[in-house]
Amino acid sequence: MDTNRFTRISDTAWRMEPSGSMQTPVIIYADRELIQAMDDKVCEQAINVTVLPGIAGPCYVMPDAHWGYGFPIGGVAAFDADKGGVVSAGGVGFDISCGVRTLHTGLARDDIEAVKQQLAESLYQAIPAGLGSRGHVHLHDVEMDAMLRDGARWAVERGYGTAEDLERTEEGGCMAGALPDEVSQQAKKRQRSETGTLGSGNHYLEVQEVIEVFDPETAAAFGVARGDLVVTIHCGSRGLGHQIGTEFLKRMVLAAPGYGITLPDRELACAPIESPLGRSYLGAMRAGINCAFANRQILTHLTRQVFADRLPQANLTLLYDVSHNTCKLEEHSIDGKRKQLYVHRKGATRALGPGHPELPAVFRDVGQPVLIGGSMGTSSYILAGNERSEELSLASACHGAGRSMSRRKAYKTWRGRQVIDQLAERGIIIRSPSSRGVAEEAPGAYKDVNAVVNAAHRAGLARKVARLAPLVCIKG
Amino acid sequence: MADIGIRGYGEAMTAAFEQAATALTAVIVDPAAVSPTQEIRIRCEAPDAELLFVDWLNALIYEMAVRNMLFSRFSVRITGAVLQATVMGEPIDRQRHRPTVEVKGATYTELRVARQNDGVWLAQCVIDV
Repeated sequence: MDTNRFTRISDTAWRMEPSGSMQTPVIIYADRELIQAMDDKVCEQAINVTVLPGIAGPCYVMPDAHWGYGFPIGGVAAFDADKGGVVSAGGVGFDISCGVRTLHTGLARDDIEAVKQQLAESLYQAIPAGLGSRGHVHLHDVEMDAMLRDGARWAVERGYGTAEDLERTEEGGCMAGALPDEVSQQAKKRQRSETGTLGSGNHYLEVQEVIEVFDPETAAAFGVARGDLVVTIHCGSRGLGHQIGTEFLKRMVLAAPGYGITLPDRELACAPIESPLGRSYLGAMRAGINCAFANRQILTHLTRQVFADRLPQANLTLLYDVSHNTCKLEEHSIDGKRKQLYVHRKGATRALGPGHPELPAVFRDVGQPVLIGGSMGTSSYILAGNERSEELSLASACHGAGRSMSRRKAYKTWRGRQVIDQLAERGIIIRSPSSRGVAEEAPGAYKDVNAVVNAAHRAGLARKVARLAPLVCIKG
Repeated sequence: MADIGIRGYGEAMTAAFEQAATALTAVIVDPAAVSPTQEIRIRCEAPDAELLFVDWLNALIYEMAVRNMLFSRFSVRITGAVLQATVMGEPIDRQRHRPTVEVKGATYTELRVARQNDGVWLAQCVIDV
């Protein structure tokens, strides 16, 4: 992307003023190298977002942004229901509430060295991963609706976790306003065998070591120290979320003319927040968020069982669980006034700063943990929300490294076995049902996560707390 | 950078839809490895050819998910706004098929259904995996 299209605000902030049908600016947070490596479509998609009715404030683009569907991946925008604002199924995406949770283990690297292979194998056997895998939890209609209404709380009530887990999950693990009746029977049927499964693509479960601490005070508040082992799970709302996205995209595309909405891109399918379709989508999408919460909670339970078996001295407690494909009603300042806005984050992590009332008491003084997944074999990061995160980006930060190479090109460039062997030489065990899947997810197919995180840190979106290196990776 | 694009060509729109369905399977597995042993029927309806194309792919994605199957043979008929298809495939065998990736949905990104200047039909879009 050509940086000449933007006004440079700082080394890591670039602004495009509205022109033509744009109603608000586009602000990109990234350094020059990251922006230059971004596809022009990122800019085009961000501009399209500013054309949508009722947008409140700029469309923000995170440092890991890449070409997405409708919204860029790494796009953040808020909409004002009082000004005809919209909710967009395309602005949330297919994998509703895809997210990351990180668990402490109470272990150090030496504790697992002798059993690392067996641990990897046990995790691989216990965690249903990849296409065609089936979960151990099969829900009939009443239980499905209960899960969609109560999220991780439902899972904990059925023995898949603890009350402490809920305190350390966004929304307390239960997204209010979920309407299971707005989720189609097809979506529920698609979910029936997928509850408690990891999925595939870029979803993973990793055992990681904390190899660097940047902010000791915040790290202490998060309970993280150099040498600690943690487990990170990255997955979302599985088939149910995908089906909700699919169905509402079409419904919103067909309904848009009736609402007087001209879509700059059909993938930006949307409906007024204050419309029957908008309310229906919000209810279904919130049920999708609860599905993702419950899914990650069940995977946590399965992980705990494996550790209890292999390493009984381990104590897996949740650090935090964050989602990165959502639309949430939040209070923000717009034109100097506090307003309730519908904030879409597509491939972007919420990053609440210190003192935010929605934060659990344990994080109130330091800000929300922002969990940034790397690509297979590369670092992951723990960041923390800053006081300025809200004014800079509606309290949002990046969510990962972001792809830089297509799957096809990656598959032509690497062989899965070669990737697995190279990572093994570095002490990283990869277990996956698909060699081609590993090639398509090769670390070289992603941007440099260090550059992305450094840009987010320098821009002030969130601050670096700790860096994690993978030891075991279960890929779907 | 979106995940993966698929494209089908054919002498008729139905043939382009069929070839794109083969491309969809190829995202997951070599279509030649999928035996056409079981038959299912699909029906979808949409107001224009492009929306119908996405509906067709999403119907396949849905059937793959709920039946735990892969498909390799496709026969499509289109009458007005209605698509009817006979699809053949087999249950996923994780050991034999080694499926690469799960498809989440067909998107409206890079969506195009059109007859090209050479008379050949093109049907394409980006798939989210």
